[in-house]
Amino acid sequence: MEYNGGSVVAMIGKDCVAIASDLRLGQQSVGVAMNFEKVFPVNDKLYYGLPGLATDVYTLREQLRFRVNMYRMKEEREITPKTFTHLLSSTLYEKRFGPYFLEPVVAGLTTPTELEPKPKPFISTMDTIGCITTPKDFAVAGTAQDKLYGMAEGLWEPDLEPEDLFETISQTLLNAVDRDALSGWGAIVHVITHDKVITRQLRSRMD
Amino acid sequence: MECSFGLTGKDFVLLAADTSAGRSIIQMKDDENKIKALGPHIAMAYGGEAGDTNNFADFVDRNLRLYQIRNHTPLLPAAASAWIRRSLAESLRSRHPYSVNLMLAGFDITDSTSHLYWIDYLGTKAIVPYAAHGLGQYLALSTMDKWWTEGVDKREGIEILKKCVDEVGKRSTLKFKFNCILIDASGIHHINLDSSDPIAEMEQAGKAAEVINPNPPLDVGITA
Repeated sequence: MEYNGGSVVAMIGKDCVAIASDLRLGQQSVGVAMNFEKVFPVNDKLYYGLPGLATDVYTLREQLRFRVNMYRMKEEREITPKTFTHLLSSTLYEKRFGPYFLEPVVAGLTTPTELEPKPKPFISTMDTIGCITTPKDFAVAGTAQDKLYGMAEGLWEPDLEPEDLFETISQTLLNAVDRDALSGWGAIVHVITHDKVITRQLRSRMD
Repeated sequence: MECSFGLTGKDFVLLAADTSAGRSIIQMKDDENKIKALGPHIAMAYGGEAGDTNNFADFVDRNLRLYQIRNHTPLLPAAASAWIRRSLAESLRSRHPYSVNLMLAGFDITDSTSHLYWIDYLGTKAIVPYAAHGLGQYLALSTMDKWWTEGVDKREGIEILKKCVDEVGKRSTLKFKFNCILIDASGIHHINLDSSDPIAEMEQAGKAAEVINPNPPLDVGITA
């Protein structure tokens, strides 16, 4: 977990969710790359972040891309955030006794259906072997986890509009990673709304 | 202890690796080539556990060649890096993992871009403009941070590489000799870092400086 470093945070807003990560890839204390994104899209309303061991970030991302594509072809519809969380959880649990060293965070919006006309914005997080938690406010993971909790606890409030949510998640992430030697070196934020995804790169302290 | 560097520029990639071979404090060889050409425009510098390195490098070389024979086109750098990374990641969770760190450099002739991938034995892949493995990470990454700029030309690139090699010579108690190659649109070329003008020497040498392509395109009467 502390080998490559990196952090991810997700937050719920009013009819929107946001997910953000830092961009550092290190080898212990040495910084190797400053373009290593840890948040990936599943579709235009669902993103997930994988902080942890960088080799497993690639391996699990490849694995999930395959499984989501198979789901899409078999079901002929997009996967929902809730279903994706369970897909991810069982993928992690398959490796119960030799786990991927990752603590995933999922953030997404569910498209309204007849059965569920007013779905709530969704975030979830899990441990290395896939034990799910679905918070109502925010989810944090990575080497700056404890600092992120502190910042998010102080800044987050219910029913933030997309632009306010962007500001909240950005300040949470930037101020948390500045106190963490293994995270930082730039950041990227995605704010997911029903009609668009706003992606912005943030500049941060480079030390 | 080992040391290798990689550096991208506007229309080329540089790769340099030390030439020592030995165990712990004993050096047995000072002319070991740890850079392997894998195709007409792709090469890698590798290091790590003694037997694993050559075995893995051969494995990669043969597989990339097989791809080229089957498809009449070499694997592009991005695809090659993904394949190599996956091989290492799968090996990591096997009974006998390969302990090989490498740097993959390639020039994509389809869109004239240079690529450099930093890959370690875990299967960690970083897409970087410049990188180092081994001792060089601690000694010369800061040199590259200071001097490298977007779109450096060949001469500037070699100057930066020389600064790194000098830094290692100055700050390390070990004596390293370096082996260097340059990849551009015309292929892979040897670079003599001791020369006062390596680029002029390379251009003058022409064919003689070219690294022999291990996977020459086969003439089967079909063009890809």
